[in-house]
Amino acid sequence: MEMTGLLFYLVSVLIAGGIYAVLCLALNVQWGMGGLFNAGIAGFFAVGAYASAIVTTAVSSKHLGGFGLPIPVGLLAAMIVAGVTGWVVAKICVRLKSDYLAMASVGIAEILRLVIVNESWLTNGSLGIAGVPRPFGDLVHGREADLLYLAVVWFCVLSVYILCQRLYLSPWGRTLRAIRDNEDSARAAGKDVDWFRLQTFVIGCAIMGLAGGLSAHYFKFLSPSATEPLLVTFLVWVMLMAGGSGNNRGAIVGALVIWFIWSATEIFTSRLPPEWVTRSSYIRMLLVGLLLQFVLQKFRSGLLPEKSPKIRSD
Amino acid sequence: MIDFINLYLVPGLTIGSVYALGAVGISMIFGILRFAHFAHGDLMTIGGYGVLTAVWFIPVHPLLLLPFGIALAIVSALAVDQFFYKPLRKLPTIYTVIASFGVALIFRSLAQLFWSSGNQVFISGVRMPVVLFDTFRISELHMQVIILTLIIAIALHFFLTRSKLGRAMRAVSDEPELAAVAGLDTERVIRWTWVIGASMAATAGVFAGMDTSMHPNLGWNLLLAMFAAAVLGGIGKPMGAIAGGLIIGIAEETATFTWLSDEPLISPSYKSAVAFFIMVALLLFRPQGLFKGRLL
Repeated sequence: MEMTGLLFYLVSVLIAGGIYAVLCLALNVQWGMGGLFNAGIAGFFAVGAYASAIVTTAVSSKHLGGFGLPIPVGLLAAMIVAGVTGWVVAKICVRLKSDYLAMASVGIAEILRLVIVNESWLTNGSLGIAGVPRPFGDLVHGREADLLYLAVVWFCVLSVYILCQRLYLSPWGRTLRAIRDNEDSARAAGKDVDWFRLQTFVIGCAIMGLAGGLSAHYFKFLSPSATEPLLVTFLVWVMLMAGGSGNNRGAIVGALVIWFIWSATEIFTSRLPPEWVTRSSYIRMLLVGLLLQFVLQKFRSGLLPEKSPKIRSD
Repeated sequence: MIDFINLYLVPGLTIGSVYALGAVGISMIFGILRFAHFAHGDLMTIGGYGVLTAVWFIPVHPLLLLPFGIALAIVSALAVDQFFYKPLRKLPTIYTVIASFGVALIFRSLAQLFWSSGNQVFISGVRMPVVLFDTFRISELHMQVIILTLIIAIALHFFLTRSKLGRAMRAVSDEPELAAVAGLDTERVIRWTWVIGASMAATAGVFAGMDTSMHPNLGWNLLLAMFAAAVLGGIGKPMGAIAGGLIIGIAEETATFTWLSDEPLISPSYKSAVAFFIMVALLLFRPQGLFKGRLL
């Protein structure tokens, strides 16, 4: 009993870790490859989650839709809606220089949150959307379903990884790194810097939307207060910095390592007396904040540092 | 019309004063250290809690206890700069931005740890607004906030234009290389930037906390508007930041006024989007702000 309990705890950690890995890969496209600072990760994540939930749930009078479409369509819709949102944002903001883009991205996340909370015809406001289906939900139940979902999530991680790796190695990715490292010389070489940045931002946002969709189908319920947006955004940043920004494998490793640490501390703190349990989550946040400072100062290239591909001469 | 002044303009000036005091720090740090300080809102929170704690021990008016909050904010800012920002100073500034994002979370979790995550008030009980000329109903706090902000703005102006240190600050902000060649002690200027920025942030934090209530997200929620104010006033222009803060505050409040019809022009729940759109529009069309600030 103890062993199976542990096993399924591990499964739940790996599912959430996989969702974070997708987010981390997305941020790696934007920041690691493109050098675009995005502090609004949680916003695009939420857009994807709501898009997929609205497309796949049964008809409801409380919010838009309930189209009852299959889950792959939902995930596709999550990517499209998040990508289009990213496109609108990028169209306006991508020309902004680094710090300004950072400031703007905070505002974008805030506006997306306002829309989700206030437009209840669309999202049922703070009451949230219930009954989001799980893939193969009719076939398996209980813990077996978790196991199956683990496979679905990691299939997505693998697909996104392959996609990102292809992007990284392609001429497109090379141009992107050139822009990241020296914008002026890339421009002088005739590259359309703004256009490349726009594409990068949209691709990253679409992948974030996918992660949002995956989490909606995992939790089966969606509400604006379900996640602390700043915490999600922040954890993903710590994951990418610790894993090695610019390295797709590093992004996945970083996501898993940080998520394991985060979950392991939860086991310890849940044994504390009740008056300390609520406080312990703040201690964990504090420690993650300090961990980021450590990584930034001493460990900047991360666990798996970026290695530029060899130049082929054929 | 009276309603407009009482319910929109004066509250707008009040929240604008909070933005103004916060934006001064952001603008000076941006000008001198060259990065967007994401932890500035949470520095306000820390200052606010400093005064809140002092009120528990010394039962006098919170504004008289401002020095406690200011001291706490200054110590926090200098410590954070020493341990977290200074080691990254040689790197591209975006790394410091990421670090400050982390510091924001550190400040906030400390606030939640020491002062709980609920809402807390400075003074309980309802206070009647002051009635002037039988028409203007202005709360005492709003008057105090607006007048104190004006006094601080005037003092800041004289400090920056008349004192040696103030002029050194403007020099480093305008031409860092030239200032260093001329023998100005850059590290000293940086230290004083933090002292002034943190003092004003703490003051703003107390104002904001007294106007509503103290909670750990107080400062973070104001950050966007303060960035907008700093950009509007021109980066590296403290007096511009004050003007920018007041304009953003008034714009946010009056945007919900019934300008065109009986409906508010912008639904009050979308109020905080106003600052964002002002900021983005400025960055695209007039990035130097109203007062010819620096461009990145």
